Amino acid sequence: MRERRLVPRLALVLGFAFLYGPILSMIVFSFNNSRLVTVWDAAHSPTLKWYGALLHNEQILGAAWLSIRIAVVAASVAVVLGTLAGTALARLGAFRGRLLLAGMVTAPIVMPEVITGLSLLLMFVALGQLIGWPKGVGALTITLAHITFCMAYVTVVVQSRLAGFDESLEEAAMDLGARPARVFFRITLPLILPAIVSGWLLAFTLSWDDLVITQFVAGPGSSTLPMVIFSKVRFGVTPDVNALATIMVLLVATGVAISTVWMRYRERRRARDLQLAAAANL
Amino acid sequence: MTAAGDPDSAYVRMANLTKKFGDFTAVDAVSLDIRRGEIFCLLGGSGSGKTTLLRMLAGFERPSAGAIHIDGEDMSAIPPYERPVNMMFQSYALFPHMSVERNIAFGLEQEGLPRAEIRRQVGDILDIVKMGGFGSRKPHQLSGGQRQRVALARALVKRPKLLLLDEPLAALDRKLREHTQFELISIQQRLGVTCIVVTHDQEEAMTLGTRLGVMNHGRIAQVGTPSDIYESPVTRFVADFIGSVNMFEGRVSEDGAECVRIRSEELGCTVRAERSVHCVGGSTVWTAIRPEKINISRHRPLAASAQRADAAENVVRGTVREIAYMGDMSIYLVQLDSGRMMRVTLPNITRGTERGFAREESVWLSWHGSSPVVLTE
Amino acid sequence: MARLTSAAGRRLIAGIPTGWLLLLFLVPFIIVFRISFSEVRLAIPPYTPLLTFRHGSPALELHWSAYQFLFTDPLYVSSYLYSLKVAAVSTLCCLALGYPMAYAIAHAGSATRPVLLMLIVLPFWTSFLLRVYAWIGLLKNNGVINNLLMSLGVIHHPLALLQTDFAVYIGIVYSYLPFMILPLYANLEKHDAALLEAAADLGARPARAFLRITVPQSFPGIVAGSLLVFIPAVGEYVIPTLLGRTDQLMIGRVLSDEFFENRDWPVASAVAILILLLLVVPILLFQRYQRRELEGAR
Repeated sequence: MRERRLVPRLALVLGFAFLYGPILSMIVFSFNNSRLVTVWDAAHSPTLKWYGALLHNEQILGAAWLSIRIAVVAASVAVVLGTLAGTALARLGAFRGRLLLAGMVTAPIVMPEVITGLSLLLMFVALGQLIGWPKGVGALTITLAHITFCMAYVTVVVQSRLAGFDESLEEAAMDLGARPARVFFRITLPLILPAIVSGWLLAFTLSWDDLVITQFVAGPGSSTLPMVIFSKVRFGVTPDVNALATIMVLLVATGVAISTVWMRYRERRRARDLQLAAAANL
Repeated sequence: MTAAGDPDSAYVRMANLTKKFGDFTAVDAVSLDIRRGEIFCLLGGSGSGKTTLLRMLAGFERPSAGAIHIDGEDMSAIPPYERPVNMMFQSYALFPHMSVERNIAFGLEQEGLPRAEIRRQVGDILDIVKMGGFGSRKPHQLSGGQRQRVALARALVKRPKLLLLDEPLAALDRKLREHTQFELISIQQRLGVTCIVVTHDQEEAMTLGTRLGVMNHGRIAQVGTPSDIYESPVTRFVADFIGSVNMFEGRVSEDGAECVRIRSEELGCTVRAERSVHCVGGSTVWTAIRPEKINISRHRPLAASAQRADAAENVVRGTVREIAYMGDMSIYLVQLDSGRMMRVTLPNITRGTERGFAREESVWLSWHGSSPVVLTE
Repeated sequence: MARLTSAAGRRLIAGIPTGWLLLLFLVPFIIVFRISFSEVRLAIPPYTPLLTFRHGSPALELHWSAYQFLFTDPLYVSSYLYSLKVAAVSTLCCLALGYPMAYAIAHAGSATRPVLLMLIVLPFWTSFLLRVYAWIGLLKNNGVINNLLMSLGVIHHPLALLQTDFAVYIGIVYSYLPFMILPLYANLEKHDAALLEAAADLGARPARAFLRITVPQSFPGIVAGSLLVFIPAVGEYVIPTLLGRTDQLMIGRVLSDEFFENRDWPVASAVAILILLLLVVPILLFQRYQRRELEGAR
């Protein structure tokens, strides 16, 4: 039985080394003075100069700000649409058009981004020709595109949460006199809130990070952060990108650490409550 | 406080209620009248249709045919959130993100009552179920028995015309179950609420119910008080379903005014039954005798001794094959000459085993003429 | 619940997302399809119209030139085949690494499992683009790996690691690993340990039991994970552009170049349609798996 454990464990260790090695290397070299990034300039490193350069880089800061704004809007709208779609698929049984909705909702998840991006741009152009809106491409078209592919992910998250949800809670609420709409807002929604929050975070990350689709539907005036980064790194490594990467990793790691601590705290409180109840034993 | 009420007034009337799921008929033309203030138990195994019937009463399933009237009002077009019916769910279905108080208040909030009034009513019902002081706790901070009481309180606080209970005691352990059974009855009597309980547990049904309805394959097999059902089952199914019974096939040899005589090969004697249904001479019937109604003795009973051996009535000879000692009583499995087994229970009235019969011992089984129940279906 | 909401409410709940997706997902595909039948021209929009009026009556103007071009020019055919090959190899490598990792996590203690899962998913929350970029730093001629090997004396000239098939495989496996691991883990976690014990009891050695019992049971997970990697990998753009060969392009890059460099919208559309046709079967398979998973959870 021992050998059964060895191979998987080894794969796990190697896998994590594989996953985190490049990230660590990026972080390490962000403190390297040399412009060549990967050739360590021992004489002048470690240094924070690339971080300083980053904070003064108008192009990057502007692009980051645009990306954040788009991501917040896109995630929020995607969450509303995704919750509607997830609710429809999980609760409305077999309705006309169910297969269509289910198909359209799962396709964006696997569809190659070049196809989605191309099709959306062509759609915006045709629409602009037909009714005069949208007038050219820009932040609005980017946001609309992001909402479209983000909602697919949110739908999957919400739908699977609702599928595992105890329906007798909703029935009990109706039995006590609440109409279906009220049942949804007072009972269902509060209980699936964690899924909705993680859906929002997922949508935010996908939007913030998207390159290919954005490239198709962005105009000359709007550059998101991924677009700026991509144009920089197409032709080689640049140290300020390393600095940017480090900052992002730090932000994500902090976020995860906070949420883990918060969840641990809640778990411990819950366990303690259960113990008290068992001790009361009636 | 109302007693079982006027037998002529049907507070809840189900007429020809049917529910089909595709080809499958879950509930088949059920007609039942429930009296005001009674506890009616629907007893049946899984697949008998009892849960579907309950859900139709609550409004979660639409009947394929038939109607439900509660206090004279037709419920067909009325959705569950507008019916004067409340349900206690098997899993309790307490809202995990709300405190006990909020859970119970939820139903009252839908009625638009003022805050102070809601608080008062919640406090009252918590006292009735003996959970006063637990208002601010959350469901996960309660034990199983406590959760059950909150669920009950939540269903009662709106003083519904009809209270539905879905397997109310199933999740409780044995000791707690007994205690809770009597508490439920006392609360119900105090508030005078009409109750319909759905259960698969006979003991629960017999204890709680003022009347029982036994369900089988979507139909009502028999309705009656617990003693009616137990002592006077009308079909083999009901006789077999409730408690244990000895069932023998036989032929009617004499159908008289006072009694019926049945000749049974399986049994090996003539059965003389005093209470009987109308049956045709010569037809095939079944005799059901409850284990506790049978007497075991080492010697042939006197009354029987006076009869001729070949015309022995209500007495057979057998050999004890198995004995199960249950503490308060013992179960004897006695094999008759015909090969069939007869189940006899005797209370252990005396301490020690002086009276006890041994394995392989030859014994005489006998019963009073009022004990056998004659069944034609 | 469905029969208890009003018909209008139901229509709204399902209708709003359906409407959005119809307009912004399905209709765009129809437009792409339509444009693939045009020819490029110098105008706004830069393609020929579908409906023209000849002598006052409408006529359908279909050009097959875009498709002809794709099928006859060897560049495109080889691009499609190359993309399929790269995606397939990457998927297999991803499976080879991801399966034992998912297995290890599924068999870890209940306390460590969520931590491990979080560690798998964590890189996903940082930028995809930046993580691919990290590999440039590792693989290039004076990058980390080459510097390390040279300083250790293992090699004397830098290895050409960047701009190779190998770099693309690494890039795809690196980026899509969580998508392989998560469905596999979800499947493996549900396996009943008692089955393996029964197999051992009946005389099967661990390796045998694994092959005959665990692997077949994990088949749905393997399929789901593989599709989640293969389908998007076929059309990948970023990874081959940053890490891949310059002499042989993947089809995602080809599409982008046709659109942005050549400004040939009809050919780009035709490329997209053909990619879709190639992927239609895997996509439908994936949707079937998704449906079954979500309905099975009830």
